[in-house]
Parts: sequence; C-alpha cells; structure tokens
Amino acid sequence: MKKMCEKIFDKKHISRTISYLVVIAGFIIIQLMMNTVGIKSLFRSLLVPTCCYIVAALSLNLVVGVSGELSLGHSGFMSVGAFVGIIISGLLEPYLAINWLRLLIAMFVGGLVAGIVGLFISVPVLKLQGDYLAIVTLAFCQIIKSLLNNIYLGVANNGLHFSFIQNKVVLSNGGRMLLSGPMGATATTRIATFTAGFLLILFSLLIIYNLTYSRFGRTIMAARDNRIAAESVGIHIRNTKMLAFVISAILAGMSGALFGLNYSTLQPAKFDFNLSILILVYVVLGGLGNMTGTIFATIILYVLPELLRGLQDYRILIYSIILILIMLVTNNQNLKEKVETLIMKIKTRFLKKGSAAND
Amino acid sequence: MAFLSYLISGMGLGSVYAIIALGYTMVYGIAKMLNFAHGDVIMIGAYTAFYCLTVFKLSTFASIVITVVLCTVLGILIERLAYRPLRKASSLAVLITAIGVSYFLQNLAQILFGTDPKVFPELMRNSTFALFDEQLTLSFKTLLTIIVCILIMIFLIVFVNKTKTGKAMRACSQDKEAAQLMGINVDNTISITFAIGSGLAAIAAILLCITYSTFTPTLGSMPGIKAFTAAVFGGIGSIPGAFIGGLLLGIIETLTKAYLSTQLSDAIVFMVLIIVLLIKPSGLLGKRIHEKV
Repeated sequence: MKKMCEKIFDKKHISRTISYLVVIAGFIIIQLMMNTVGIKSLFRSLLVPTCCYIVAALSLNLVVGVSGELSLGHSGFMSVGAFVGIIISGLLEPYLAINWLRLLIAMFVGGLVAGIVGLFISVPVLKLQGDYLAIVTLAFCQIIKSLLNNIYLGVANNGLHFSFIQNKVVLSNGGRMLLSGPMGATATTRIATFTAGFLLILFSLLIIYNLTYSRFGRTIMAARDNRIAAESVGIHIRNTKMLAFVISAILAGMSGALFGLNYSTLQPAKFDFNLSILILVYVVLGGLGNMTGTIFATIILYVLPELLRGLQDYRILIYSIILILIMLVTNNQNLKEKVETLIMKIKTRFLKKGSAAND
Repeated sequence: MAFLSYLISGMGLGSVYAIIALGYTMVYGIAKMLNFAHGDVIMIGAYTAFYCLTVFKLSTFASIVITVVLCTVLGILIERLAYRPLRKASSLAVLITAIGVSYFLQNLAQILFGTDPKVFPELMRNSTFALFDEQLTLSFKTLLTIIVCILIMIFLIVFVNKTKTGKAMRACSQDKEAAQLMGINVDNTISITFAIGSGLAAIAAILLCITYSTFTPTLGSMPGIKAFTAAVFGGIGSIPGAFIGGLLLGIIETLTKAYLSTQLSDAIVFMVLIIVLLIKPSGLLGKRIHEKV
C-alpha cells in the first residue's frame, strides 16, 4: 500500500496523478450538478462532444507531442470510427437491446477499424518527414472523406445492401439506410452517454500514460529528440513511430464512434480538414506532450465559442483574435516579459492595497 | 480532340493552382512556414475586385490594380503583426497563428460581406475560337489564365535569379544568420516575399472569379488546400516545381472528372500526390536535404 502511494505521488508520476484527479473530479462535479442544481440543456448537449474532442486531442498529442510528427488528418480516423460505429450499432440494434453494451461494441469495432486504417496509412506516411508527412496525412483525410461521401449502405431482412458512387440500394419493406452518401447517417439511435465519454477519457489516459512511462515511451521520445542518435543505439524508428500512430488512430476512432452515436444525423463532411486543425489547436495550446494541459485547452476552447454565443457573428472573430494573442504572448520573448512584468505590477499593487487595508 | 480540349481546360485550372502555389512556395522557401492564411488573402482579393467593379464602378484595369495593391498591403500587415514576432518560435506555434489569421479573415469577411454567394460581373465576353475544322473550341478565358501564369512564372524566375532582392531572398532561404552577417535585411526580405505572394494571390482571385463567377467567404479554402498540395507535389520551395505541380494537379483533376468519376476526383488527385511523394519524397523538383550528424 505504501509502495503504491509512493508510486502515485512520486515526482515523476505526479502529472499523471493530477490528470486522473482532474478528470475524476470534473466528472463528479458535473454529475452532482446534474442531480442537484441542474445544467442548462445547452451545456448538457456539449458534454459528450467535449469528451470526444478531449480523447481525440489526447490521441493526437501522442503523435504530435510525444512522437513529434505533425499530423493534419486526425479527423479522418474519427470519421472512420464514427461511421463504423454507427453501422455496427445500427446492425446490432434489433438483436441487442442493452444500450451500453452496444455502445461498447460499436466503440471497440470503430477503434479497431480506425486502427487498421491507421496501420495501412502509417506505412507510406512514416517514410516521409516533416511537412511532407503532414501533407500526406492531410491527403489521406481528404481521401477518406471523399470515399465516405460515396458509400451507400442499407440493411433489410435479406441482408446488407451496398453500392458505391451512385445510390442503387433498393430495400425491401422494413429496411433501413445506414449510410447514404453525402447525407451520411440519417437515423442513428442516440446511445452515447456522458459516463461513456468519461470512461473513454480515463481509458485513453491510462493507455497513453502507460505507453509514455514505459520503455516504449523512452524510445519514442529519444527518436523524437534526436533521430540519428536514437538510430545509432539500435532503436527502430519507424516501428516505434508506427505503434504510436496506430494507437493514436485507435483512440481517435473510439472517440469518433462515441461522437457519431451522439447525433441522430451525421454527414461525412463534418470530419473535414477544419476539424483536424481544431484538434491540433487544442493540442498545441494545451502543450505538446502535456495531457492535463490538453484536457483543459479542449474544454476551454470548445466551450468558449459556445459561451460567446450571445455575441453571435462575432464569436469566431473574437476566438481567432484570442488564439493569435495567446500564441504571440506565449512564444515571443519580448511580449512574454512585458506581460509578466504587467502581472507582477498588478500583483504588487493589490498586495499593497491589501496590506494597507490591514493596517 | 475531346482529350485535347480537356487537357487545355485542365491547364487553365492548373494555372490558377500554380499561381497560388507560387505564393505558398516562396513564403515556405524563405520563412519555412506553411502560410495557411494564403487562401483567405485570395478571398479578400475576390471581394475587393467585386466591390471595385460593382459598387464603385471602376474600370477593369483600375480594379485589378487596387486589388493587387490591397492584397499586397494585407500580406505585409499579416506578416508584420502575426508572423514577425514569432520568427524564433517553433514552427508549430507559427502554424497555429497562421490558422488563427485564416479564421480571422474568413469571419471578418462573413461579417462585412455576408455569407450569401456573390456573382462576379463579366469582365470579358466568353468568346471562344475554333481550331481544326471546328473540332476543338478554346475559350479565351482559359488561354488568358495560362498566359498570365506563364508570364508570372518567367517574371519570378528572372526576379529571383537576376535581381539583388532576389539574390537576398535566395541567401535568406539558405541561411538566415549568414545572410544577416552579409548585410542583408532579413526582415525586409521576408516582408517582400509575403508582398509578392499576396500580390499573386490577388491575381489568382481575379482569375478564379472570371472562371467560376460566384463566390463566398470560403472561396479560398479549397483552392488553398489544392495549391498547397501542388506546391508540395512539385517540391516545396522550388518556383518551377510549384508551376509544374499546379499544372499537373489541374490536368489530373480535369481528366479524372472527365473520364473516371466526378465524385472521386479529389480522392484520385490526393492518391496521385501520395504515390509521387512515395517515389520522390521531396516532390518532383525538390532538393533532398541530407541529415548531418
């Protein structure tokens, strides 16, 4: 017991402990609020998507922060997970009435398929470096979107019906369309819950932390910091990066499945380049390799535009200005110092006032 | 003959991509950053030209000049305010700032001009002329686009290789610190590069509007991504590479739309990009930089 306590609170693992505590505390607070004070329906509708974005951002941080490769196509894995999840859930619906079990299976299969896609993609992607690698991930994201835009899939008593590019699916009575091309999924039963989102965040934190604090984590960070030195001590760079990439794809796929099952309609166009960029913004502002920071950045940046809804058209404008200012202040030495001295001045002034009042 | 006419219209589309890609590639070559706001400068250019022509009723020539000047100023402003303070920051920080600028411009345009599509006035009659016993008809617009693109490319190659500013640009792209020691004003050189890139974006905006006639605040995003792809395709940082990449991308897109599938053309274009990058990892004309220990 003592050993365990030491392990949890020792210096090396403190950030991990903080992450878990933050997530669990957040979940408990929101649950308490739901049961006592109640939460506005606007906020309640944001809960599951926030969880999905957190998991997507965490998984992207594994690629961008821990393994050091810029990926611009993360939404592609989310969309694979989402639509596979929707199909699985739709197929199982008549046979399996337990919602949470169906959600679990859908998320599992969605993550698995996204992982397989990630494995296929990682072979060509990891042959390249730097910006070329980024553009190829973007290209794959566009290809996935474009293919999903052309898939028509329906289910009826006599089995599955599938057609590509043109909608030739004819269903007998009682049949349902699962995917209809650019319209996407149109009649999904919404089974995603906040608890599932919370558990998924815990699950991804568990996987990511166990990976980064293991031998694998050390090899991949060595490969990130100095490729040549890492190679010279016998690290197989491509395999380690591939493992990080595939695990990231699996987690993104699971978050996508949860996201897909939270809406009754979902178009493939939702998972475009802009979504990849949005998640990347969460990761960079949260801090590369910093999981707790990523969680906070996602919550703040996803909920902030919704809070600014009162300002209507101006909200994204304000959001973009805040984004630019944050980047300038945190990355420019001059501005950083100026802001720090300003904060110091305000602090000393307030402290003086406080001590004067005490006298 | 049908093939030839598709080929030429593909070259027309490719020329627009090439002009945008030239802007991307020059900025990348010097500042080593992906300027995601480039597509939105195109959009601002389209609105400027539109308002000059319709509301202020200026002549075509005056509108083009004003558009180019305004976009150039905008490019310099963006560089001064958003990118210059981050010269020493990590490339990811600059990338995110560029994305912020892109959001900003897009939403500013939505507020100022509205989200409804605008119809660009006819700048020229859509005259066509026939060749080979009327078997091949060429539209004047397409030819104009191709000619403008070739002229711009020749101008840029001469500018970069023969002038003093061009020499400074090449020096900065190779080694900024060494260039500074040789008395080159690196900040100004980067500003000039942004100015040229944004001026090209303005020309691309007018050519896009002549070809497609309707536009919205998101006009720049898809051509932006395609042109970015074209720049990588040809080898990012290389001027002839951007030209060839843009042309090839336009031709591949038009031919797949004509012969294979309209819906899947995007997928095929990006597939070709991936295959090219697998064979030549730094693009068609890109230089391969070897890592040193």
